[in-house]
Amino acid sequence: MYFPQIFKGLWLTLKHIPKRKFTRQYPEEKPPLYGDYRGAPVLVRDPQGRVKCVACQLCEFVCPPKAIRVIPGYRPEERFDANVEKEPKDFIIDMLRCIYCGYCEEVCPEEAIFLQRDFSITGYKREELQFHKDKLLELGGVRADSIWKWKYAGAPPPDAPAAPERKPEGVVQL
Amino acid sequence: MITDIVIDLVKIACVLGVMLTIVAYTVLVERWVCAWIQDRIGPNRVGPWGLLQPLADFGKLVLKEDVLPRHVQKFYYTLAPALTMVPALLTIAVVPWGSQLPIAGRMIDCIIANIDVGILFIFAIASLGVYGIVLAGWASNSKYPFLGAVRSSAQMISYEVCLGLSVVPVFMQVGSLNLMKVVEYQAQHTWLILCQPISFFIFVTSAFAETNRLPFDFPEAEQELVAGYNTEYSSMKFGMFFMGEYSNMFVASALMATLFLGGWSLPFAPFNAPAQTLAIGLIQIGVFLAKTMLFLFLFIWVRWTLPRFRYDKLMALGWKIFIPLTIANIVLTGAVLVGLEVMKANL
Repeated sequence: MYFPQIFKGLWLTLKHIPKRKFTRQYPEEKPPLYGDYRGAPVLVRDPQGRVKCVACQLCEFVCPPKAIRVIPGYRPEERFDANVEKEPKDFIIDMLRCIYCGYCEEVCPEEAIFLQRDFSITGYKREELQFHKDKLLELGGVRADSIWKWKYAGAPPPDAPAAPERKPEGVVQL
Repeated sequence: MITDIVIDLVKIACVLGVMLTIVAYTVLVERWVCAWIQDRIGPNRVGPWGLLQPLADFGKLVLKEDVLPRHVQKFYYTLAPALTMVPALLTIAVVPWGSQLPIAGRMIDCIIANIDVGILFIFAIASLGVYGIVLAGWASNSKYPFLGAVRSSAQMISYEVCLGLSVVPVFMQVGSLNLMKVVEYQAQHTWLILCQPISFFIFVTSAFAETNRLPFDFPEAEQELVAGYNTEYSSMKFGMFFMGEYSNMFVASALMATLFLGGWSLPFAPFNAPAQTLAIGLIQIGVFLAKTMLFLFLFIWVRWTLPRFRYDKLMALGWKIFIPLTIANIVLTGAVLVGLEVMKANL
C-alpha cells in the first residue's frame, strides 16, 4: 500500500510552501558574475584616444562562428602613422552569432579587442544587433593599460577625444 | 412568471460570472502554489502580486493565430472544445450555492435548478465530457491526440463507475437525490465525511481521474503524448479545453463540498438552517465557496506532489480495488441502516 507515502509526500510539499524562495528577480537583481566572465566583445582606444585595431583580420579568421567581419581601410592622411598602419573602415560583430569564446581577444596582436562583462544584448531587429565600428568603439572606450603602441610618437589626431593623463608605466588599470 | 424568468436569468449570470472568475484565478493560484512548493515566487509581474495575470493570459489566447490544420475533421475538431466546456457549465446548475436569500419580500433559492434527480443529472451530463476529449483526439487525425483520447475514454468510463457507486451510500443515508436536501440533512445531522469516509475517499480519487488531473492525467501525459488530446489545438480552442478542465475541477470541488462537507452549512446556529436574513444567506454562499476553494487547493496540492500512475496500475486501482470497496461500502451502509431501524423498532 502506498497511501502512507502519499500523505508523507503531501506533508513534504506543504512544508515547502512557506519556505524561503530562491527566485532571483532578474531585471532588478543581476546575477553575480565571476572574475573572468566573458561577455560582449568590443573595440578599445589607447589612452591617447587612438583606434588600436590595425585591421589585421586575425580575429575574423579565428572567430569560430564567423561573427566578425573586418573591412580594412587606411589611416587618415594627416596621421603620422598613415603609411605604416592600416585601420578598419568598418568592423562588424554580429552579436547574434557571437558565442563569447574570447578567441578574438586572445589572438589580437594589438590588444585592441576585449570581451566586456555585458551579457544582456537585446534588440527588436536583427540589424540592431550588427554592432558596427562606431558602436564597438563607443562601448569599449579608452583602455588605460601599458600595452600601448606608438606611445612616444606623434600627436593625437585633432578629432580624438581628450587623452587622459599618462599613467606611470607598469601600472595596469582595468 | 416574468419575474421568475428574470430571477433565473440573474441567477445564471451570477453563477457563471463567479464560477468563471474563480476558474480563471484557479489557474493563477495553481501557478503560485506550484511555485511555492518548488521554492519559487510564481507570477508577480502583471498587476499587484500578478493579480491581473488571468487577464493577460486571456488576451494572449484570444489574440493568437487560430491554426486549423489541414488534416483535421473540421466540424468535430471545432465542436470538441465546446463539448468539454459545456458539461461543466451545465452541471453547476443543480449544485446549491447557498440556502436562500430574502430579497424584496421573496425567498430566492440559491440554486439554479432545484430538481429531485440532482446527482443523476450531474452524472448524466458529466459523462458527456468524455466526448469532448474523444472527439478532439479522433478529429485531430494525429497519433498523440488519438492515443490520449483512447486512454481517456478507458479511464473516464472506468472511473465513472466508481464515482457513481461511491456516492450511493450517501443517498441511502440521506434518502434523497436532491442536493439541496443532502445539504439540509447535513446541516441538521452531521457532515457526511464523518459518516462515510470510504465514500469520501473514493469519490475524491475518482474525481481526480474524471477531471484528468495528476496523478491520473493520462489524456495529456506531457512526457509521453506531447500534449495528448489537445496537441493540435491552438489559440482560444486550446483555451476552451483549458477552461473546461478547470471548470470541471470547480464542479468536482463544489460537489465534494456539497456531498461531504455540508455545502453551505456550518455545524452551529444560525448557519445550520436555511437563512432568514440576507446577511446570513450571503455568508452561507461564502462558506460554500470557501469549502469549494479548499478542494481546489487539494487538487493543486496533489498535482504538484504526486507523479503519474502507470496505466495498468490505474486500471487495477479502479476495477480491482475501488469497485469492490464501493460495493462493500454500499452493503455495509445498508446493513447499518437496517440495523438502526430494527433497534429503533425494538426499543
